Amino acid sequence: MGLTNESVGRAAADSGLVIHKQRDSDRVIALAGNPNVGKSTVFNALTGLNQHTGNWPGKTVSNAQGYCEYGGQGYIMVDIPGCYSLMAHSAEEEVARDFICYGQPDGVIVVCDATCLERNLNLVLQTMEISPRVVVCVNLMDEARRKGISLNVPLLSERLGAPVVCTEARGKKGLKKLMQTMGKLLREEVPRQPVQTEYIAPIEEAAAMLEAVLEREDIRTLPPRWLALRLLDRDESLLKGLEEFLGRDILECPELREALEQAEALLNAHGLAREQRLDSIVSSLVHRAEEICRGAVLRSHPFQEERDRKIDRILTSKRTGFPVMLLLLAAVFWLTITGANYPSKLLSKGLFGLQEYLSQALQYLGAPGWLENLLADGVYRTLAWVVSVMLPPMAIFFPLFTLLEDLGYLPRVAFNLDKYFKKCSACGKQALTMCMGFGCNAAGIVGCRIIDSPRERLIAMLTNNFVPCNGRFPTLIAILTMFFIGTGTGLLPSAACALLLTGVILLGVGMTFLSSKLLSMTVLKGVPSSFTLELPPYRRPQIGKTIVRSIFDRTLFVLGRAVSVAAPAGLVIWLMANVTLGGQSLLAHCSGFLDPLGRFLGMDGVILLAFILGFPANEIVVPVMLMAYMSAGTLMDYESLDALRMVLVQNGWNWITAVCVMLFSLFHWPCSTTCITIYKETKSWKWTAASMVLPTMAGVIFCAVFANLARLILN
Amino acid sequence: MSINHIRPLSALREGQTAQVSSLLSGGSMRRRLQDIGFIEGTQVECVQKSPAGDPVAYRVRGALIALRSEDSAKVLVTG
Repeated sequence: MGLTNESVGRAAADSGLVIHKQRDSDRVIALAGNPNVGKSTVFNALTGLNQHTGNWPGKTVSNAQGYCEYGGQGYIMVDIPGCYSLMAHSAEEEVARDFICYGQPDGVIVVCDATCLERNLNLVLQTMEISPRVVVCVNLMDEARRKGISLNVPLLSERLGAPVVCTEARGKKGLKKLMQTMGKLLREEVPRQPVQTEYIAPIEEAAAMLEAVLEREDIRTLPPRWLALRLLDRDESLLKGLEEFLGRDILECPELREALEQAEALLNAHGLAREQRLDSIVSSLVHRAEEICRGAVLRSHPFQEERDRKIDRILTSKRTGFPVMLLLLAAVFWLTITGANYPSKLLSKGLFGLQEYLSQALQYLGAPGWLENLLADGVYRTLAWVVSVMLPPMAIFFPLFTLLEDLGYLPRVAFNLDKYFKKCSACGKQALTMCMGFGCNAAGIVGCRIIDSPRERLIAMLTNNFVPCNGRFPTLIAILTMFFIGTGTGLLPSAACALLLTGVILLGVGMTFLSSKLLSMTVLKGVPSSFTLELPPYRRPQIGKTIVRSIFDRTLFVLGRAVSVAAPAGLVIWLMANVTLGGQSLLAHCSGFLDPLGRFLGMDGVILLAFILGFPANEIVVPVMLMAYMSAGTLMDYESLDALRMVLVQNGWNWITAVCVMLFSLFHWPCSTTCITIYKETKSWKWTAASMVLPTMAGVIFCAVFANLARLILN
Repeated sequence: MSINHIRPLSALREGQTAQVSSLLSGGSMRRRLQDIGFIEGTQVECVQKSPAGDPVAYRVRGALIALRSEDSAKVLVTG
């Protein structure tokens, strides 16, 4: 379900997987499956966790684990990224393949989409080659029923030689049976032999030659037949994983090398070079899947999907595709702005009212004056700013975005925009990671794993920060409201604000394209690579659950950040404002030092300082700025955005300042979490630095040009 | 037009159907296409063009897959 606590922020940066067993008897179960078949939904339903799900292929890009208990047996469930095949093509498919092949799970559940089972069986058949304990979970049975598809489960099970269980994970149906079946399978003393796919004679013969040698070798739990076939594939990354798994290079064994040479010679004699072998293997698998489904998957009427086509004709057609996209974007912003107004006022009233009591309580406890000031004016006030001004828009934007995601709209955005990404020599899936960036740039960066080409993936990572994340929206909204719309309530101001915000976002999207193009022309030269983009069926989002869940998640997330980042920042600002050095506060020293640069960029030293101090979290930029202004003189409470505007105007803000702050908010270095994530994903300080320099350069150029031109024209 | 006329998938118009005859692309794209079911004899339907005309969404083995024109030009179809 959309972005959650687990998928954004610091958690997003964590990609390694260490299995945590609670007891030694716990069994490890891998959840595999094609992209977008509801693996994560099955995972959540089983473990009660909230692994992010979304209606688009590639949502899960790294392994996640959870614990569940059925019939007294503990299971560690591992949710692995979706893949079509174990012959991996992309980073996230490699994660999946390596876990199934070398992670040594006790059993594998392959989750399949009941509406296109045949294609899903390809992965099932490949998995059965490596793991004897496979349960086929045919999910989305409800969708299949709506489409008039029915399954003959016993027949499927018999043909596959593996148990088949039907589920509807969203309605939590069939899951108990799924785990019971898995439990039974794990208790079998002699693992059953799943029916293996037969390949054409020369391949079988060549594989048998290798198998004979492999049976004598120590290859741990790997089935000899599977390994023999993979040696014939010569998949480099798989062989690398194999070397790590076995702790030695198996090809160093002279007997095996000899057998491999003979097998190669045999295959070549049959005109089966590596490419043809793979072709033949894949086509045998696909044909076997076809045979298995023949007569076992029944359609009462041919593809009944008129509804989806109708929606597609509105969302992706030439006439309406782009207008609808803009309209949806503006509508989301409008709902965010309008919806945030009231809770924002309520929160600020409550929180700033409490400050008085906090001061009194501190006085009562006999706290010295400086401590009272530090805690009440420094720490608490900043916290209150973050919560009242930043939280409401975030808590509203998030569920709206998630609803669109669950519906299946994001792949359509990628479909619509791909041509333009192609013009920039980038991947159309970058549209997906860009959209993720609206929620959280760090999550967007991790999401870039869905892009196969390393060059295109780097482009997507370096440019992700050009779209403002959830933590920057409130800043943009507040400034737009204060300086360009007026703070009156009603339909017109909020609609105008939504439109302007859409414009700002489009500028960010435009810069994404421009910088992608520039990167493709310079340091990341190359031609656009091939890719396939699956457009999933539309699914009705679980509206109530999504809204409650993501508001709750967002609130917790922002509160967590407020405590861990905003409060210390408040402390630092308070100290800087109150520690004097040579008759001037530290704050004045710093902002004074930054002032010339700030002025050149149409802002001032305080604003720049706030952006720098906002490195750990973008949502504290405005609060820090206000704290700095207020500590310098006029101390006032937050009553409304009008009052806030007064503070800013008193400190020399005009519309030029406002525009420049928005531009700089849109274009500056990524937050610390995002930077860490970029480093983890690229393993390169150079690219991490580039991802900071690129947007900052853009911001500096935009601000400097705008500010100086505007001043020139005005004077 | 004869039934066995071989042409690239990219030549299909919206609503037209054809059978895959061979793949010209190599390497991982070839594998990917095969994994999602572009195998000789598979029926493919051209379902919808994107607003900019490229990519185009095709129905293959029950799924909707969008391909760029460069890639669909490398899938040969008949019928």
